[in-house]
Amino acid sequence: MDYDVIIIGAGMSGLAAGIRLAYYDRKVCILERHHRVGGLSSFYRRKGHDIDVGLHAMTNYVPRSVKLTPLPKLLRQLKLRPEDFDLRQQRVSVTRFPEKSLRFSNDFDLFVQEVRENFPRQIDNFQKLVKTIFEYDELALDAKPLSARQIVSSYITDPLLVEMLFCPLMFYGSSQENDIEFGQFVIMFKGIYHEGFARPQAGIRQILDTLVRQYESHGGHLRLKCGVQSLQVSNGKVTALVLDNGEVLRAERIISSIGYIETLRLLSDYDPARFNCEEGRISLVEFIFVLDREPAHLGYDTTITFFNTSEKFHYQRPEDLVDLSSGVICCPNNFKFDKPLPEGMIRITNLANYQRWNDLNQEEYSEQKAAWQEKALQQALSFVPDFRDCIVFTDMFTPKTIYRYTGHLNGAVYGAPNKVKDGRTHLDNLFLCGTDQGFLGIVGSMLSGISMANLHVLQKT
Amino acid sequence: MTKEEIKTVILDIIAEIAPDEDLSDIKSDVPFRDQLELDSMDFLDIVMELRKRYGIEVPEDDYQQLATLDSSVAYLEPRMKDL
Repeated sequence: MDYDVIIIGAGMSGLAAGIRLAYYDRKVCILERHHRVGGLSSFYRRKGHDIDVGLHAMTNYVPRSVKLTPLPKLLRQLKLRPEDFDLRQQRVSVTRFPEKSLRFSNDFDLFVQEVRENFPRQIDNFQKLVKTIFEYDELALDAKPLSARQIVSSYITDPLLVEMLFCPLMFYGSSQENDIEFGQFVIMFKGIYHEGFARPQAGIRQILDTLVRQYESHGGHLRLKCGVQSLQVSNGKVTALVLDNGEVLRAERIISSIGYIETLRLLSDYDPARFNCEEGRISLVEFIFVLDREPAHLGYDTTITFFNTSEKFHYQRPEDLVDLSSGVICCPNNFKFDKPLPEGMIRITNLANYQRWNDLNQEEYSEQKAAWQEKALQQALSFVPDFRDCIVFTDMFTPKTIYRYTGHLNGAVYGAPNKVKDGRTHLDNLFLCGTDQGFLGIVGSMLSGISMANLHVLQKT
Repeated sequence: MTKEEIKTVILDIIAEIAPDEDLSDIKSDVPFRDQLELDSMDFLDIVMELRKRYGIEVPEDDYQQLATLDSSVAYLEPRMKDL
């Protein structure tokens, strides 16, 4: 055997799993096809501008006195200190629908007060829902999937409030159209409304650099530009991994973070008829605007704006290339940083259709990118002061870009709709972590890697 | 190792896993879980640290033996007496 464990994919979950295993002296290697770590949450530099992808904000921010919530839990498990992530809290975020707005910050009382003021008749129902949420064990690996819409609607009787509660949570972590699994809803509700948003001064690089440093310092191997071509199967086990370059590696156990179907497709005996798994449909476009000043200097203080332009929120794959009727506007500058970020930035995210983008030829693709950037910008001006004169650089990514860099089918940022909570596959030594295991978001994905490394390796050997 | 030494080892491990916890008046017959903010992931790490530091394997079925300081010492004594 070359390794005790090989992990496929150096995203947040793969790196977190790797740290656990390396720290406890397992011989472990992470294989990453891209030339950079991060997966769905990564970064790039173009024309002198540093740009994060994936990270708008880290969820689950809590003060240091709080211990058993996801963020401190994962810091403990990864043997990191809070200062390693260097998180700074958000200012304030908002969900805006035509008639109502709900602001929220890292102080849950603000959110409760906003619900009370905007939906006075629902406040008791809301409090009951909150109680249910806090009594639910969202990290149980054996919980059966429940519809959050059904549960939430059994408490909240005003459909507008239901839509407004769901909007941010779905945008930041639902792989299902128009619904979200209740456990995932609870994770997102606590992480976004009760705990809150934060961001490292240096963005996603801070998190990734910390994880890689920790992993390598405990002896973990990390190989970039090293994709897995196939997994050789025999007698119900993976016996070898064949890499893109033809090299063959062997490991006792394999943990794959690349997605369930994406992993199955690597199997030497893969037979689509044997597995009935749905592909993910939810993908996004993001328009990035680098500005010559901080948005705060234009009077815009909001960290994240979630908007929807009608009473009903449609979280689904659009017919068109992009759905501008809803979206997320993130201003990375609007966190409580000690020193301002080097550049002003506005990022606009909308639902998008992978197939439609993929069907375009190269010329059409460029034209459509430019056209939708203009439309998305126009739409955002209903929520953000006019920043058009301050733009110094623009860029964007589409579902096609997401597929190209992460290998997620359909550019599905949150993976397939049905999750495999216990991470098991039909093969004895092949396990899943990450997006398709089902803890989503940046904090969720790290917890996913930790839980799967604990459950399938550390507790067993 | 003596019982006292084993006790120190366990408290050392907990101090490292949960650096913010005050271990000065731990009651040795009360479950750790009832007096410290530790969860099942932290308990796994007590087991992992025993393996990493002393090569002691605690099978999954025996994890519950480590619930209190007294029960941990009783469980570990025969396994650590020659260390």
